[in-house]
Amino acid sequence: MSDKIIQITEMNKWFGDFQVLKNINLEVEKNKKIVVCGPSGSGKSTLIRCINRLEEHQQGSIVVDGNELTEDTKDIEKIRAEVGMVFQQFNLFPHLSILDNCTLAPIWVKKMPKKEAEDLALQHLEKVQIADQANKYPGQLSGGQQQRCAIARALCMEPKIMLFDEPTSALDPEMIKEVLDAMVNLAKAGMTMIVVTHEMGFAKEVADEVIFMDEGMIVERAETKEFFANPKSDRTKLFLSQIL
Amino acid sequence: MNKLNFLQPDKNNIYTYLYTGVILVAISIFIVFLNSFFNKDIVSFLPGPISFFLPLILGFIGLHLIRIDYSGLRFLDSINKNINTNNFNAFLSLLIVFVVIKSLPPLLSWFILDANIAGDSKDVCTGSGACWTYIKIWFNRFMYGMYPNAEQWRINLSFIALAFLGTIGFFATEKFKKYLTLYYVVVYPVIAFFFIFFFISGGPIFFDFSYGIIAAVISIIIGFFIPSKFKMYYFIIVPITLYILLKYVFFYEELIELGKLEALEWVETGAWGGLSLTFIVSFFCLIFCFPIGLFLSLGRRSDFPIIKYFSIGMIEFWRGVPLITVLFMSSVMFPMFLPEDMFIDKLVRVIIAISLFEAAYVAEVIRGGLQALPRGQYDAAKSLGMGYWKMHILVILPQALKLVIPGIANTFLALVKDTPLIFVVGLLEIVGMLNLAKTNPEWLGFAMEGYVFASVLFFIICYAMSKYSYNLEQKYKTER
Repeated sequence: MSDKIIQITEMNKWFGDFQVLKNINLEVEKNKKIVVCGPSGSGKSTLIRCINRLEEHQQGSIVVDGNELTEDTKDIEKIRAEVGMVFQQFNLFPHLSILDNCTLAPIWVKKMPKKEAEDLALQHLEKVQIADQANKYPGQLSGGQQQRCAIARALCMEPKIMLFDEPTSALDPEMIKEVLDAMVNLAKAGMTMIVVTHEMGFAKEVADEVIFMDEGMIVERAETKEFFANPKSDRTKLFLSQIL
Repeated sequence: MNKLNFLQPDKNNIYTYLYTGVILVAISIFIVFLNSFFNKDIVSFLPGPISFFLPLILGFIGLHLIRIDYSGLRFLDSINKNINTNNFNAFLSLLIVFVVIKSLPPLLSWFILDANIAGDSKDVCTGSGACWTYIKIWFNRFMYGMYPNAEQWRINLSFIALAFLGTIGFFATEKFKKYLTLYYVVVYPVIAFFFIFFFISGGPIFFDFSYGIIAAVISIIIGFFIPSKFKMYYFIIVPITLYILLKYVFFYEELIELGKLEALEWVETGAWGGLSLTFIVSFFCLIFCFPIGLFLSLGRRSDFPIIKYFSIGMIEFWRGVPLITVLFMSSVMFPMFLPEDMFIDKLVRVIIAISLFEAAYVAEVIRGGLQALPRGQYDAAKSLGMGYWKMHILVILPQALKLVIPGIANTFLALVKDTPLIFVVGLLEIVGMLNLAKTNPEWLGFAMEGYVFASVLFFIICYAMSKYSYNLEQKYKTER
């Protein structure tokens, strides 16, 4: 049996009066790769930002790796350290070199010795093939390289889950591939991943399941093949016909 | 050969235009030069207005003639590009050159040629120039105020020691580099504080200083044997305990005897003054107002209502009152709220007042930097598991502070130039001493020299600070 690493039950979230997420129920098993897609404004990003509590939910419960996300801050930082996140805008720290970007959190949050942290960082940078850029600053790299560095930075915390918030949306078409390759490699290594993306090719290649969201609700959830071969709801069909 | 068209200089007869133009400009400058340095008007045979405007007209025509696009001569091209782009700019350039030539002789004569520096009384100053003798005689007072002459070595020694300790950063080895920030932010100001209040101030209190040093040395030596896990607590608790033990248990009797015997003579802060007081006040206000401002700016963005509204209140209050009122309050009103027997030194009160006042400005400058950071930086830091303090110290503040270096330098320069206001509470730093010296019956009438001297000193201090801030900006520049 495979255990459930993320459990979201009856979750609701409002921004002011506007309800962004409606009655979300989602269970993710360990080592599963899940792609979340849907039109913009459908609450995909908000959903995964709730999983490491960058956004607070108002109703329902979110349990990540056995810890429920609540107001208790101390827990939150521990959970965040176990959940890596990659952002659309990379969000590297521009005042630190690539290597320092990767070692900052392991050294200061996990109290890892500096030498060990650097070895680990170089190892992960090697995996995303930018180890030779380790001493440059983020401003000197291309978008694709920056995003790969951001992936390496998240991996350096040795997370159990990786969240990707539209990692390729801010990139030139040529750079999308290098980032997707890095993500495919990561998926093959067995990481639990939740990916918000519009890259359906990527979804077909690595995803175990695809979730389709619209207007704050999970409209459809299905095995990848099933999802693309015969979508059930009309909304999904419409979306797929437009995007493929 | 082409026909010369003087209204449209062109490349074909470049040297004809060039020579004519240069000669005309040279003549015009020569006329002004003779007029200003030797007081000779060689064009006086012409009618008044024409002779007055002649240099301008000649120079203007000359500059027009040498304005040749793409002449191929590098020097000419650079002149045309920078000071001679069109008729109006040519006119302004000429005017500036003339004004400089015109104003040089009187300035030279006042500062150097007709000035006096020899002698030691007002009588030697007979020339029309500056009387630097005045500055020379009063120099000591301008530097040290009313501080007793025999004790001035204490100020010199403290400043030299502090300057030396301040340069330690350049000599630090790689191993100690990471402690430098801690040293400059915490250790150095504390050392400076000890030096100034126990060494420059002197008195029996000097022995407190010695106990402090003994306590520090002993605790550092023992500190090497303490496991690094407890070092933090150790260095907070042990030196203070040692100090208290030394002072009140072991040496209490001796303190009194020694104090009578050979302690440094006590010089009350009212006697301090001159440039050294400017330095002391500016230095302490700078190092205090920065951290206070930093915390206020963070507090203003806090989620806790109490901290938030306290910070807003502090900032708006101190920004809303004039500095001179704050200083008056600190010296006149503040002691009324204290118990009868409690006494806080005037200088301390002034430093606290100025620090709080400037902290409000620093807070708003830093807040500008905090707001300039994209929200993604906060998200990224949080997603890596950093708490509030780690996030701010490691990610947010380094970037925000880098952004606001020019703004902070601005505030600090303003602070240094605000220090003369402490005359309202009777502390006489350099400008205060000038005002005192200029009313001395034996030295009446030399206010000008004094103010020029003070301006030069302030300019040197402020220019050094602004250069330093510019260097910092360059040093921390990482984008591209």
